[in-house]
Amino acid sequence: MAETHSLQDFQRPAVSSKVFIQRDYSSGTICKFQTKFPSELESRLDKQQFEETIQTLNNLYAEAEKLGGSSYLEGCLACLTAYTVFLCMETHYEKVLKKIARYIRDQNEKIYAPRGLLLTDPIERGLRVVEITIFEDRNIGSAR
Amino acid sequence: MSAVMITRKVRKWERLPGKNTFCCDGRVMMARQKGVFYLTMFLIMGTCSLFFAFECPYLAVHLSPAIPVFAVLLFLFVMAMLLRTSFSDPGVLPRALPEEAAFIEMEIEAANGNVPAGQRPPPRIRNVQINNQIVKLKYCYTCKIFRPPRASHCSICDNCVDRFDHHCPWVGNCVGKRNYRYFYLFTLSLSLLTIYIFAFDIVHVVMRSVDKGFLNTLQETPGTVLEVLVCFFTLWSVVGLTGFHTYLISLNQTTNEDIKGSWSGKNRVQNPYSHKNIIKNCCEVLCGPAYPSVLDRRGLMPEDSSSALTSFAPSSTSIPAPQTTKTTAPLIPNEHTPDDAKPNIAASAEKTSSHKAKSPPPKEEQPPLPTVPPLASPETDAETSISKDKMY
Repeated sequence: MAETHSLQDFQRPAVSSKVFIQRDYSSGTICKFQTKFPSELESRLDKQQFEETIQTLNNLYAEAEKLGGSSYLEGCLACLTAYTVFLCMETHYEKVLKKIARYIRDQNEKIYAPRGLLLTDPIERGLRVVEITIFEDRNIGSAR
Repeated sequence: MSAVMITRKVRKWERLPGKNTFCCDGRVMMARQKGVFYLTMFLIMGTCSLFFAFECPYLAVHLSPAIPVFAVLLFLFVMAMLLRTSFSDPGVLPRALPEEAAFIEMEIEAANGNVPAGQRPPPRIRNVQINNQIVKLKYCYTCKIFRPPRASHCSICDNCVDRFDHHCPWVGNCVGKRNYRYFYLFTLSLSLLTIYIFAFDIVHVVMRSVDKGFLNTLQETPGTVLEVLVCFFTLWSVVGLTGFHTYLISLNQTTNEDIKGSWSGKNRVQNPYSHKNIIKNCCEVLCGPAYPSVLDRRGLMPEDSSSALTSFAPSSTSIPAPQTTKTTAPLIPNEHTPDDAKPNIAASAEKTSSHKAKSPPPKEEQPPLPTVPPLASPETDAETSISKDKMY
């Protein structure tokens, strides 16, 4: 009872449903999400907008997992210090994850929240899915 | 009027499913059985202590002081790698939250169509094409997810682990994507340490025997006999293991795949993850990016009425304790035997508001999901969580 009471007090919209964007493994085990536009979002969001968001996320993850000179250097240096250097320093991947968190926050503020949607950072779902919560659209007066 | 509740801050590791033990408030993560790990520590520290006590003083004086110095450095590196392997998250995949699990169930049912009564539903497999190779993704009935390629469920730790290699009792942890390189460096450095101690034991005995005779030498430094014994048996196992893992790394394969013969070449099946270049494979496995843990052990559990968004706290990497793994132990099978799909899940899944893309339920309202789903759900049982949906 207390929960319902406080819910109404805060006027928080109820969750209507959730869409889960799955991982795209066609390029291997790198972190990449499918860009296929789910039909549940058709009424709320542009296909273009959605694809752009997912594509940017994919690019960011690719940047985090890139195998190249800098990642090799980081790995070798860390090995030489018996990996104690990671006690004081952030890894490249963690830096990019912060970028991703900022990007998702931005996208939520600018694009998704005004449309009654919420993007959840994939790291909170074990990098398995991009969860998009669809809230009830009270303004228009029809849910779903 | 709401009662004042004094709630203790609960960290997410306290609610994680699976059979891991956590220490230092979630910073350290290990398997439940740690007995063999303690044995590993004891053997390494014991042998090295004997070496420092008996051999080093003599060798430092008669040969070079660099010998014990290098031994100390090597010993510290070995311990660092052992503890790093043992204490870190191997790459555990968190279980699916109820909504996600229900969503996947819906997709599976849509794909299966109508199964005639009495017939077993088809196995839950997704096919993906990676590098012109069809890879089958299996469904994990415990974690309620389709396992990513190369992931496997460890029955001892009861977790799905990404790039699962094997569960090593000597290290007291699974070896997976995040700690494989530490494990390999551990076996490599332990091999070097063993060879080093063995060699200098022999040198020491020879040098001393020339002066004082063989039997007197053994009487003066009884530890030598013990060290030589331990090193001798360790050599065969650890050096062999290092060689085996070097071979696996050069082919970019996991122990799990090797045992199952996934890429053995039958039916023209080839490893789609290999770069076909030994150097590139080694670089990727050993010098690739340091993957973060997706478990968020030290994050705080959200209170029931708080918002759905919790701040992302990158889970801390484990204390770089040295890790020694003697991998002679029999490899633990990791395959999780699937239960039959519970029909309850299918039935209750229809009642949730998880939508289906293809055919929206012709029924009326779907009951809305609880407003605030816990992020790292302690409930792995989708049935109980789904049945708790309240109608608003």
